[in-house]
Amino acid sequence: MLSYIVRRVTYALPIAIGVTILCFLLIHLAPGDPLSAVLPDNASPEMRRQLAALYAFDQPLPVQYFIWLKRILVGDFGISIQSRRPVIGEILPAIQNTFILATAAVAIGFPIGILLGAIAGFVNGTALDRVVTSIAVTGVSVPHYWLGMVLVVVFAVNLNMLPAMGMSPSGSGNYALNWEHLQHIILPAITLAVIPAAIIARSVRGTVADIRQREFVGTLYSKGLRPSRILLHVAKNAGPTVLAVAGLQLAQLLGGSILVETVFSWPGSGFLLNSAIFTRDLPILQGTILILALLFVMINLLVDVMQTMLDPRIKRS
Amino acid sequence: MSQSIAISAGAATSAQPARRLTYWAGVRRRLRHDPTTVICCVILLVILLAAIFAPLVAPHDPFRTSMIRRLLPPGSPNFLLGTDELGRDMLSRLIYGGRISLVMGLMPVGLATLIGGALGILAGYLGGGWNMLIMRVMDVFYAFPSVLLAVAISGALGAGPGNGLIALTLVFIAPMARVSESVTTQVRNEDFVEAARATGAAAWRIMLEHILPNVLGPILIYSSSLISVSIVLASGLSFLGLGVAPPNPEWGLMLNTLRQAIYIAPINAVLPGVMIFTTSMCFNLMSDGLRSAMDVKS
Amino acid sequence: MSAIADLLNTEKPFAQDAHPALDPRDRGGPLQPLLKVEGLTKHFALKGGPFDRKRQVVRAVDGIDFTVAKGETLGIVGESGCGKSTTARLLMHLVKPDAGTIVLDGDPVGGVRGVTIAEMRRQVQMVFQDSYASLNPRMPLADGIAFGPRANGVRSLEARTRAHELLSLVGLAPERFAERYPHEISGGQRQRVNIARALAMHPRLVILDEAVSALDKSVEAQTLNLLIALRARLRLTCIFISHDLNVVQFISDRVLVMYLGKVVEVGPVDRLYAKPAHPYTAALLASRPSMDPRRRVTKPPLQGDPPNPINPPSGCRFRTRCPIASAVCAEREPVLLSLEPNGGHAVACHARIPGSGHINPVHAA
Repeated sequence: MLSYIVRRVTYALPIAIGVTILCFLLIHLAPGDPLSAVLPDNASPEMRRQLAALYAFDQPLPVQYFIWLKRILVGDFGISIQSRRPVIGEILPAIQNTFILATAAVAIGFPIGILLGAIAGFVNGTALDRVVTSIAVTGVSVPHYWLGMVLVVVFAVNLNMLPAMGMSPSGSGNYALNWEHLQHIILPAITLAVIPAAIIARSVRGTVADIRQREFVGTLYSKGLRPSRILLHVAKNAGPTVLAVAGLQLAQLLGGSILVETVFSWPGSGFLLNSAIFTRDLPILQGTILILALLFVMINLLVDVMQTMLDPRIKRS
Repeated sequence: MSQSIAISAGAATSAQPARRLTYWAGVRRRLRHDPTTVICCVILLVILLAAIFAPLVAPHDPFRTSMIRRLLPPGSPNFLLGTDELGRDMLSRLIYGGRISLVMGLMPVGLATLIGGALGILAGYLGGGWNMLIMRVMDVFYAFPSVLLAVAISGALGAGPGNGLIALTLVFIAPMARVSESVTTQVRNEDFVEAARATGAAAWRIMLEHILPNVLGPILIYSSSLISVSIVLASGLSFLGLGVAPPNPEWGLMLNTLRQAIYIAPINAVLPGVMIFTTSMCFNLMSDGLRSAMDVKS
Repeated sequence: MSAIADLLNTEKPFAQDAHPALDPRDRGGPLQPLLKVEGLTKHFALKGGPFDRKRQVVRAVDGIDFTVAKGETLGIVGESGCGKSTTARLLMHLVKPDAGTIVLDGDPVGGVRGVTIAEMRRQVQMVFQDSYASLNPRMPLADGIAFGPRANGVRSLEARTRAHELLSLVGLAPERFAERYPHEISGGQRQRVNIARALAMHPRLVILDEAVSALDKSVEAQTLNLLIALRARLRLTCIFISHDLNVVQFISDRVLVMYLGKVVEVGPVDRLYAKPAHPYTAALLASRPSMDPRRRVTKPPLQGDPPNPINPPSGCRFRTRCPIASAVCAEREPVLLSLEPNGGHAVACHARIPGSGHINPVHAA
């Protein structure tokens, strides 16, 4: 068991390294002189010299990579071109906000997805099942940023019930759990929750239907077990698969929230990414992507390990 | 002519039914009888034809602005779906926008299927060191959430449809390669591949004539399911300002520019999204239909 | 006229002067064995984690030697897991041998001198057991047969003609079967297609790995008859692998018995079946169900299960199930030695070797 965990972690390490390499190469992908990619437009020659020394652009690529990596590991992600402040100071609060949004989306979307999927799985083949499945397919096909706009139109423009954008009433960065703040999170969270809910519903439906068909469930029924107990059995068997899908969706949420955050001007990492693209602020771009990607890898790792702990039959190589 | 060798108890010419249904003919037949697939196919065909014949179909010039005719609601005389924030006809822009959106949706998937599929087949057939190398690189790409990767690559490369295409293709290569490798590995262990190797045939020939026909099915199914994702993602990139630049009509870009008008003309603002949604949904349903049609082994 | 049609011309006399050594590819004459195998070894490492100190190894084939003369059919028998199928794949280099040499008509295969593996594959072909899995489900039968020749430079049209002729040769009318798919024909017919496919390369040696084992008995009989007829017509040299002793007796000239990766006995079929020299062979033969009411036994001739190929017994591998095992059998592995000077019949058993230290030595009667 422990050996599996160790093996899985060591397997993730080269991936993480590969991710850092890819992120490192992003700056060099950008057209033009890499130095100008990290330099504000009106930088003094002195600043230019300093940054050139810092980034060591004159060295061969692998050396640059290691220099960059060393800085990353101590948390120095460079200076934002736009704000002239350390990148890490901008990224962390942004990721925190994304995390808040993602949590809300998870709280809404996952239970709904699981519930719908379970219902559809239990009544597999009936009209209700087909209805749920069509809802799920719709949820997967809808462009969520558009859905956000639609919700804004309905609730903010027409009904004027909920705010259209921002995280808090005064635009401040702090968060509190009162209604003024919570009303800002409702629409974006719902929007973000739709796709994961649909995917989870599909997956749960398939798993539950599959388990119900298996012989041991028939045995349970014939033994006269109460339906609620049978439900428990099915849930225990479906658990690992559902966990895997849910974990994957959570990870996708963290990385993929950029579009929804843009629609709702939610000051999260996606929003930060968006503005960084416009201002060509490559240090922020690079730093945000790196952290988000590494988070993704970590969450996947966690999900794998937890899945194995719950279901010892799964031993992914 | 050659003579048959006489063998005992003529088992040779046992009667076989004359029907010769090839696999793909069966798939086609099942698809034709599935109502959902047919409807989606029709819808997509309409959109596709409108896009191809846009100059003939569109009522107005999609680029012609007019300050007086801004944000007319749908149903206005002469402008069936109203106008956008610069006075351009929505219907025409939607029709022309179909061209770009469809290309941005289909081409990355097509390219990724070719490249990723080939990589996966190579990795699956050659095995060993090659497999490790190719698949580990794919794993690194796979380690990014797709939206993030697309944004990252096109953000770094700079805005523009070409860069958007490159970014999307790169995003889809990894999952395509994974699926392709997985299926190839299964097929490779079959006896007939061993028999083919036993004839001394070159590796490329075996991959082309024996592996490819047997993995094409699952690869195409997966590929078709990626189309809807690609369309949404491509529009999403344009929505963010990467990808297509104004004044070009592209559904995602239109959503972006119309956002400012969301309080004044909400219906106009969400219209392009309806197109994205419809196209994505139809491709999704067709992909599902294709999967069930190919599931039944003849 | 193609070579095959040529061969089928019944005006030409049969058998006696149609010797395999007259094949234009022949290099050593009739007395040189077509195939000579020495010390062939293959160990499979079992997957343990990187933390497994002792990697376990399956000794599938552990140093076997044998020869196959031109024109003869060598049968290889043994229980499941004795290494017969692995041997077949080693001969075709579908699996890379860990040690040992394979010599084809005097030329070593692989390695620096001698023939390349690709060249060997043009002369040696194999028919597999699973008739369905051996055929590409998406390829019409004629194309499947023509693939080998085409891959080796034969032009498409000629390859197709050859495929059609081969289909006739195995009794499947080309006008009805050439464009069929594997799932549209029966198991027996598929196996014939496999045979045709193997013959398409004009091989000098055909390896049949449990080729008839999966067929119904009646179909098996027809296929065997087909094989015998083809063998005579085309002057084939064959290796016939099977666990069915009766079938092997029917079709082979010489028989080789394998146990747990090693050769325990080899000899002419009649002699081996009448007077088996190795206790394992004797037990195998005695385990055949018999219709003869006089041959009744109460105790099964072979006790116990075959031991684990990962950890074979020390010394002679058969000793744990051998009725005449003695102390020396645990200490030393018996070497394959001829029972008589001309080397036709050899056995690896301490009891048969005078002076080996076995308690109850049996001398060849």
